[in-house]
Amino acid sequence: MNKNRSKEYDVIIIGGGATGAGTARDCAMRGLSVLLVERHDFATGATGRNHGLLHSGARYAVTDHESAAECIEENMILRKIANHCIEENNGLFLTLPEDDIAFQSQFVDACTSAGISTEIIDPKLALRMEPSANPDIIGAVKVPDGSVDPFRLTMSNALDAKLKGADILTQHEVVDILKDQDRVNGVELFDHAKKEKVKYYGKIVCNAAGIWGHNIARFAGVNINMFPAKGSLLIFGHRVNKMVLNRCRKPANADILVPGDTICLIGTTSERIPIEEIDNMYVSKDDVDVLIREGVKLSPSLATTRILRAYAGVRPLVAADDDPSGRSISRGIVLMDHKERDGLEGFITITGGKLMTYRLMAEEATDLICKKLDVDKKCETANIPLQGSEKSDETLNNVSQKVYSVNGITQKSAKDRHGSLAHKIAKGDENEDSMVCECEGVSIGEVKYAINELHVNNLIDLRRRTRVGMGTCQGELCACRAAGLLCESMEEPGKAKDDLANFLQERWKGMSPIAWGETINEIQFTSWIYEGIYGLKPDNN
Amino acid sequence: MKKEIFEPYNVSDNNFEQCVKCTICTVYCPVLEVNPDYPGPKQSGPDGERMRLKDPAFYDEALKLCLNCKRCEVACPSGVKIGDIIQSARIKYSKSKPKLRDMILANTDIVGTMASTFAPIVNTAVALKPVRKVMDSVLKIDHHRMFPKYTGLRFETWYRRYAEKKQQEFKKHVSYFHGCYVNYNFPQQGKDLIKVMNAAGYGVHLLEKEKCCGVALISNGLIKQATKQAKHNVEAFKKSIVDKKMPVISTSSTCIFTIRDEYPHLLGVKNEEIRNDSELATRFIFRLIDEGKLNLVFKKNYKKRIAYHTPCHMEKLGWSIYSTSLLKMIPGVELVQLESQCCGIAGTYGFKKENYQTSQEVGKPLFDQIENSKVDFVATDCETCKWQIEMSTSSKVQHPISILAEAIDVEATMKLWQK
Repeated sequence: MNKNRSKEYDVIIIGGGATGAGTARDCAMRGLSVLLVERHDFATGATGRNHGLLHSGARYAVTDHESAAECIEENMILRKIANHCIEENNGLFLTLPEDDIAFQSQFVDACTSAGISTEIIDPKLALRMEPSANPDIIGAVKVPDGSVDPFRLTMSNALDAKLKGADILTQHEVVDILKDQDRVNGVELFDHAKKEKVKYYGKIVCNAAGIWGHNIARFAGVNINMFPAKGSLLIFGHRVNKMVLNRCRKPANADILVPGDTICLIGTTSERIPIEEIDNMYVSKDDVDVLIREGVKLSPSLATTRILRAYAGVRPLVAADDDPSGRSISRGIVLMDHKERDGLEGFITITGGKLMTYRLMAEEATDLICKKLDVDKKCETANIPLQGSEKSDETLNNVSQKVYSVNGITQKSAKDRHGSLAHKIAKGDENEDSMVCECEGVSIGEVKYAINELHVNNLIDLRRRTRVGMGTCQGELCACRAAGLLCESMEEPGKAKDDLANFLQERWKGMSPIAWGETINEIQFTSWIYEGIYGLKPDNN
Repeated sequence: MKKEIFEPYNVSDNNFEQCVKCTICTVYCPVLEVNPDYPGPKQSGPDGERMRLKDPAFYDEALKLCLNCKRCEVACPSGVKIGDIIQSARIKYSKSKPKLRDMILANTDIVGTMASTFAPIVNTAVALKPVRKVMDSVLKIDHHRMFPKYTGLRFETWYRRYAEKKQQEFKKHVSYFHGCYVNYNFPQQGKDLIKVMNAAGYGVHLLEKEKCCGVALISNGLIKQATKQAKHNVEAFKKSIVDKKMPVISTSSTCIFTIRDEYPHLLGVKNEEIRNDSELATRFIFRLIDEGKLNLVFKKNYKKRIAYHTPCHMEKLGWSIYSTSLLKMIPGVELVQLESQCCGIAGTYGFKKENYQTSQEVGKPLFDQIENSKVDFVATDCETCKWQIEMSTSSKVQHPISILAEAIDVEATMKLWQK
């Protein structure tokens, strides 16, 4: 990735989350020269650490009309432009005996006024539609919720940006914002791979670093009041529910159960944390207790379902400028032109918002960038499908059937994960078709494709691209196979062992808060294999 | 403060979440060894189940290649019911309808009734090469297969005519689930059972009306009919076990396995009331001897070298020890324990043209063992294993109960309890 350092980009975007990648795509589509920089990997912040819920907006309908209306609009757009990243599962808002059924009509009215279609369902029918729901429900409303894979969504945006000329640097951390008097003109980055500092110049620097944007702004000498709120979630071993299950009440803890790919997720909690803790997310015992206790109210079978892991993300909440105490906090989109706000030219911040509204955030940010650069081009991101979701003359089945010779599971999984890009996976012989990850059906061919084309620097990146190691065994069988394939393609194979240890350590981190029952058996077995047989040490890294 | 108690535990119907991906099941799968088209028990079972819960389109028709031998379940250290997961998936997701051939093979009851009525004609016809060629090409029943001969006098008819009355003379009683094979093809095995049980002091009775256990219906996807027959049989068993306090014994390991385990696991037919008292004749007799309630006297001149083959479902039941222990009690028997391996036929599986090659390759190591063992004959508790071994080796096969019937000195044995 030898980018032209003497070149001045039109725009440098900081942050490889959905917003950053989306902004990069939008800017590139409008003909700007773009550099996207990310300190770790795509979707490592809040983007990849949430429910993966394709909100209909219904959840916000009663409390936040504007967010609700934004959500449903973006929901319908994503169905069009990102169909390989989403699952149109629909959702139910359930009223339990302990909830006030009167809230239901208020809820339905609020949804209607926000443009969200609702359908009140007889509880008995609702249970037939979703047998895993609590049988005690006294009310149910159907809404157009769904699931979205944030890793796929972000990667597709980045790929599309790249295809339209954007440069992308992952593992490059911003260590300073370069200024020429009252004007930002570039960034200084630390290249984690080469362990060296590099400078890049651009006319505009766009801060899309989510909660980490707090620190980025400081480098530029401006102050943004961010209030990190931690949200914890639990991943269950398989899909318990087919539809998204919500509680029909004002938003509270652990009241959404989302089916996503092979698993389902319950969340979230909400807890303010000091800004110093944003790089040190952990899930406490109390978080786990709350999630299970509330989760079983939505779906009682969660009590007997194996929990795979727990994780936490940070919401980037921004305090209004006239209220530094943070009492009136908006969950809406925050776009700051620091010229107007702080007198600093060439620097903007896009933050707040939600995964659901990433495209709208990107559009708003890009509109501002274009205005500053005096470029007159309309946003087209709402109409043109992402990489992987384009309409093709051939049906998806035909595309992927050409690829695979035998295994039905890897074939269908690859199609689900990469959409029409599945045809890029090398035409398989028996070897290429054999599985690396057996839980998620990832073939050697798919891993090679990801390594070659999807910006994979290590095993953890590979996991986000392919779901390697995301299944029940959490890397027990696939980690060493994937490490072998990655090692073959790396310039410095010596690091492979550290990488493997890192990967397993990261898997263990998510399992430790819920390490009981089958999960602890699994992790014990994994440690026998990797420590006992392969001689890997936990402190290798 | 009242402490809130919440103990999450991890159980689900077929325990598929308990799989720790150790892959031992895959090593023990006899099909995977010879047929790479089969995804193997781990992939078809716990791994596939997760996928199918995500989207039923992940169901793979290759699951039909599973023999349902349950050796994966025996091997699993985590108690995952891998075989049940695979069979249930076939029941739930398979869209391919049973063919005419499958109906014929599966309806052992109806076909048996018709065939035994015209036994001489049927036996001659299905043994003819041209007929077998036609069955091969039209019905896809492999032409290598010989159908077991049908009897002209069904076991049930024989029993009512010649044996029923005498059974009242005994003080103790059992019911006998004879199964289709004994009824339509090989009544001698039922006669042997009655001889042995009578010697042991038990009168043998038939159930009010037994129906085929349904194992072939299940494996051919005829679930409705299998469930109907299962419910019927459970009721019939109840009349004997609960009402008359008469345990039910059988000579077919697969029938008894199906009734005990497949009914509740695959068909959802409850059987708690009858399960414990439904068992194999060899186990019933061994336990009588073990508890000191029975002594058998054997003929002095019975001398045989016998190899015992453990049918897959005996392996799953864990009961082959009863049959082999009984055989070892016969003073003149030298017992060779064959290494436990699937013979490959798996009921109707091996009869299907598309499975013939897999079936024979699965059985090959067992056939070699038998040919090298230099025995007088092979003993086993399963009738389809018997057909497979007799077709594929030079050895004849006998049921342990038939061996006992031949080796026991009936009069001397009876005298022991008549005193």
